Amino acid sequence: MELNAISIGFVVFTIFTLGGGIGVVTTRNLFQGTIWLMVSLFGVAGYFVLLSAPFLAAVQILVYIGAIAILITFAVMLTRSVTRIKTRYIRLVPSLLASLALFLILLLGVTMPIFGGVSPEHAPATVASTRDLGAALVDENGYVVPFLLASVLLTGAMIGAIFIARDDTA
Amino acid sequence: MVPLWMYLAVAAALFSLGVFGALSRRNAVAVLMSVELMLNAVNINLVAFWRYSETSTDLLLNGYAFTAFVLIVAAAEAAVGLAIIITVYRNRRSVIPEEAAALKG
Repeated sequence: MELNAISIGFVVFTIFTLGGGIGVVTTRNLFQGTIWLMVSLFGVAGYFVLLSAPFLAAVQILVYIGAIAILITFAVMLTRSVTRIKTRYIRLVPSLLASLALFLILLLGVTMPIFGGVSPEHAPATVASTRDLGAALVDENGYVVPFLLASVLLTGAMIGAIFIARDDTA
Repeated sequence: MVPLWMYLAVAAALFSLGVFGALSRRNAVAVLMSVELMLNAVNINLVAFWRYSETSTDLLLNGYAFTAFVLIVAAAEAAVGLAIIITVYRNRRSVIPEEAAALKG
């Protein structure tokens, strides 16, 4: 791995992503946890830029950092959970062992060719653009049915969330 | 250029962090945040495989489009999940998943 802009960006975004992830699962104060979550999601958006998917990076920042992280912050404040829960973890040791074992298995799987196939060193030079994605989303041979189903899902989720969280006494 | 396996290794680490958080945290909001970490690890994998496959040159956008749909489903999941957590908190004054056991046989 030679030293260039992409390699440096990869290292920086790895620090963002994994550091934020560690912050999310270890912090005692959940409000700080949402800040760590934003850091981690920002690192993932950086990966999308490195992988030449700038549209996904923009959507990642708008939807995840702009909407989901703010929603989680609201939930943390509404439930005021910081003061009531004394311990952070249950089943700490079994969870730690299980996730470590999972990580080692996954790492073995992606570094060693035990499942066959070769891991490519270089990506193809040309790549589909955001314009191609937009055309494919409304193409009848592309993704128009999942695209419409996603709209229905979002409407259903919105109505359902309002209905579930509504205060019946008010 | 960064080889493909490095993206996969980072995604594996992020997914394992999410698994650890989802299994061990006591707070339901923290569990939901860990689930978001796992979804993001999956998204890194999808985009990396799409970018490094030869078919990404000729307008096959399966990985790209699938990542967009995962983002949509994650947004819906977060909204409904947080609504459920807030309702449980209102009824039981608790955000510990084990204490929401009214349906336990």
